[in-house]
Amino acid sequence: MNEILVKKNLTPVTKLIVVKNPFVAAKAQPGQFVILRVRENGERIPLTIADYDREKDTITLVFQEVGLSTILLGKLEVGDSILNLVGPLGVPAELPESGTVVAVGGGVGVAPILPKCKELYKRGVKVISIIGARSKDLIILEDEMRACSHEVHICTDDGSRGFKGFVSDKLKELIDGGLKCDEVIAVGPIPMMRATCETTRPYGLKTWVSMNPIMVDGTGMCGACRITVGGKTRFVCVEGPMFDGHEVDWAEAWLRAGTYRAEEKVAVESCQCGGGK
Amino acid sequence: MPVKQRTPMPMQDPAERARNFSQVAMGYTEEMALAEAARCLQCKNPQCVVGCPVSVQIPKFIGLIKDKKYREAIDVIKQTNSLPAVCGRVCPQEHQCESKCVLLRTGQPIAIGRLERFAADWEAKNGAATPEKPASNGKKVAVVGAGPSGLTAAGDLAKLGYEVTIFESLHEPGGVLIYGIPEFRLPKEVVRREVEYVRALGVKIETDVVVGRTITIEDLFDDGFEAVYVASGAGLPMFMRIPGENLNGVYSANEWLTRINLMKAYLFPEWDTPIKRGKRVVVVGAGNVAMDAVRCALRLGAEEASIVYRRSRAEMPARAEEVENAEEEGVKFHFLTNPVEVIGDEKGWVKGLKCVKMELGEPDQSGRRRPVPIPGSEFVMDCDIVIMALGTSPNPIISQTTPGLKAQSWGGLIADEKTGRTTRERVWAGGDAVTGSATVILAMGAGKAAAKDIHEFLSGPQNKW
Repeated sequence: MNEILVKKNLTPVTKLIVVKNPFVAAKAQPGQFVILRVRENGERIPLTIADYDREKDTITLVFQEVGLSTILLGKLEVGDSILNLVGPLGVPAELPESGTVVAVGGGVGVAPILPKCKELYKRGVKVISIIGARSKDLIILEDEMRACSHEVHICTDDGSRGFKGFVSDKLKELIDGGLKCDEVIAVGPIPMMRATCETTRPYGLKTWVSMNPIMVDGTGMCGACRITVGGKTRFVCVEGPMFDGHEVDWAEAWLRAGTYRAEEKVAVESCQCGGGK
Repeated sequence: MPVKQRTPMPMQDPAERARNFSQVAMGYTEEMALAEAARCLQCKNPQCVVGCPVSVQIPKFIGLIKDKKYREAIDVIKQTNSLPAVCGRVCPQEHQCESKCVLLRTGQPIAIGRLERFAADWEAKNGAATPEKPASNGKKVAVVGAGPSGLTAAGDLAKLGYEVTIFESLHEPGGVLIYGIPEFRLPKEVVRREVEYVRALGVKIETDVVVGRTITIEDLFDDGFEAVYVASGAGLPMFMRIPGENLNGVYSANEWLTRINLMKAYLFPEWDTPIKRGKRVVVVGAGNVAMDAVRCALRLGAEEASIVYRRSRAEMPARAEEVENAEEEGVKFHFLTNPVEVIGDEKGWVKGLKCVKMELGEPDQSGRRRPVPIPGSEFVMDCDIVIMALGTSPNPIISQTTPGLKAQSWGGLIADEKTGRTTRERVWAGGDAVTGSATVILAMGAGKAAAKDIHEFLSGPQNKW
């Protein structure tokens, strides 16, 4: 169980692994996630399911090595097994059956948006993708996104490829250029999702976001993942991770995401696992 | 001549124990156990047994301790209780067996819980006899949740020959015994030992399976399970819905305790899960969970750890013993005080808790006098961590994903009180999943009752629901 069958470096800091887990593979839906633990004294961390193969009993996970647990996960090789992995957790994304959807993915956020685009494409929905990163070497899963999009726009902050600027800027350009779409799905770092929501708000364009807060159990038990949506406290692990981005209290979500920033640094430094570079 | 006084429990010194996670109550020595066992009057019609939700044959095991037949004593306990080392430590005996003891009149009932713990710990030290695995009757039963209720039902069913599989959502079995109750009250090593005993009876435990997500109850029936016992606990923490509750530094007691107990955050960075160590910690609530949370705060180095409770001392739901322990360790209690707002600094961190003073009015539905706010009495307590210990409700995942399984509006599964039968055929439920947050032993009692009824149903002439 949980054996790593494939491992790829997507960028110097982003890895893709294909993991054998027949239970999760059988039940996974776009938008859901897993919680995993890499070692006996390890943390439980959530990762969105980037893909699943019901025939091969596998799921695909994409992660950026940003903290101790993801650094340790990145050290596992093909043939190794992940100590604990539970899922699929969260509520599947509510995807439309028709119309046009703009999928906006920033950085490693392209991975969670991929299964949604695949499903939308399969349903015959017109998918326009905008994917971006800081520079061209950090763009991930471009071919996979092209295979399930009718249009793909590449953006880089530094202009090394495609549109120079943020994905939200590109989205605004498209909307102002007359793009007609029914809804937007945005997944990525909080500032990127927030900027995308601020872009679409004046147009009254429904915008779904996928939240990725701190979690412990992932089953509704601890409330670490709570955010405010439309003035109400919601648990992302059991009520999300997809929410109406125009209703999310972004300032609070950003502060909560940073709760353990100091401890995360200590953990990486004290593990002597070659992380924190 | 038997001693008249109840033999006191040796305890770690309060000042010292408030800074470590080692066990507070150190357990009877053999000498103490013999002295206490000698006090038992061996009643012909023992009421203590009636007071025990799992009907432990109390005078019988105490008599065996008196005769130094410790192995036989633990065997007698285990006939009806699969988790004696746990019960000996955390059961509220003062409301159960000990409240029926004929010596209660003298104010000195037999210390039944302490003797139960002695017998269980004796076995741990001297090696447990491997239980005989009963012959299989070929029938498969699934249990959802490896907490006290699920472990009890599974153990009882295994003893009757059923092939039992427990599905547990976390990475380690034990439920609240592992994630909730702290090491200093219930060492995790003790829980692991009890889990091993249940495994030795032939029970399979599958961790990392969320029933309702990873598999559904329908899937279990498709896989050949003939009955399902749902003991998924009450996992959903309640909050007060006051301003500032989502500031950094506000925890649910569940999160606080899970980080500490299951994830060992007090050993960070040796263990990877972090926790904020507050200087001034306020815990809202006055149940056993609140006591656990506030005592953990001291052990994490808090300079001041306080309980805030809207009612008065007399209404506190926590065990008197735990309140006393907390007070000895230096916990402060603010009664008739209710939070109205968590106050944050400019960076989104807790810096204070605004409270209002309360007074007791007319009795409410629970029969306790209702606390009402005193206008104009607001004040701010300085603090950097606030922990909400207001109780929990059952997680809705299972009721939402099982057709025909009905729940109360507050989330508790609807189940027959005596048998645990739910509104869905072949599905039983018990423990906190039915009652909302209650005690370990009540959950165990429900597991026992359900196991008995599952057996009657599956072995009976007609499987009538």
